[in-house]
Amino acid sequence: MKIGVVTFPGTLDDRDAARAVRHAGGEAISLWHNDADLKGVDAVILPGGFSYGDYLRCGAISRFSPVMEPIIDAAKGGMPLLGICNGFQVLAEAHLIPGALTRNHELHFLCRDQKLTIENTNTAWTSSFAQGQEILIPLKNGEGAYMCDDQTLAELESEGRIIARYVGENPNGSRNLIAGITNERGNVVGLMPHPEHAIDSLTGPSADGLGFFTSVLKAMVG
Amino acid sequence: MAKIVVDVMLKPEILDPQGKAVAAALPRLGFSFAKDVRQGKRFEIEVDGDPTPAQLAEVEKAAEKLLSNPVIENFTVRVEK
Repeated sequence: MKIGVVTFPGTLDDRDAARAVRHAGGEAISLWHNDADLKGVDAVILPGGFSYGDYLRCGAISRFSPVMEPIIDAAKGGMPLLGICNGFQVLAEAHLIPGALTRNHELHFLCRDQKLTIENTNTAWTSSFAQGQEILIPLKNGEGAYMCDDQTLAELESEGRIIARYVGENPNGSRNLIAGITNERGNVVGLMPHPEHAIDSLTGPSADGLGFFTSVLKAMVG
Repeated sequence: MAKIVVDVMLKPEILDPQGKAVAAALPRLGFSFAKDVRQGKRFEIEVDGDPTPAQLAEVEKAAEKLLSNPVIENFTVRVEK
């Protein structure tokens, strides 16, 4: 199972994402932002960082990179696609998922371990978890407040498309404590915290993040 | 030379923490006039000669596609002499 990990200029977490893929038993394939070639991968991860320096808006310029065209096409056809942090912002800018990520409500860049609950285990990236499972993974962002209009929020809630929520105090002002959402089909997931930094207890606060990567391998085997 | 100016602002219903921080800083400096502050972006676009209606229409399209995110922002396009 080949999982592509995209590197944009300014991406930081591509190495950890690739390591997480290998740790889960998959083959990680590096994809380059300026190359519209998916190299035959079965799924794609848009990792965290500050692509294109976060110029204009986070993810706004990356969204138009050559590699994004085949990714958007494949995702519309059902290919599993996970956007983490900056990758979540790219997904929102590409309108693959609704809403937008805006500046944290208290303006501070946050970097800490964060508890989440997994609220939808039917997506390509969350099937390894138990419904309602509490996990602990790092959160690090400056623009992580999930915003959308009331109608979109009601749809996300009623369709069970909020895949993870922050536990406890709202860290960044996200509506309804949203940490991650999925598209209607469940193949595209955007997540603000970082599962790729929590795949073993030696280097992360837990191994809870690994479930996202084992889920997609399971989804692809069918 | 005339230039095309695109102003991009967060929609009124979207929280603007940067504007709030500025609004909180003003009274600390003795400026007491501000009831509220919203912060936005301004793009100044130069073209050869005076902007034509066709160019302005193109800028409108670019503003919708790239310069703003219509989910959270509004924009205006105007010509400034």
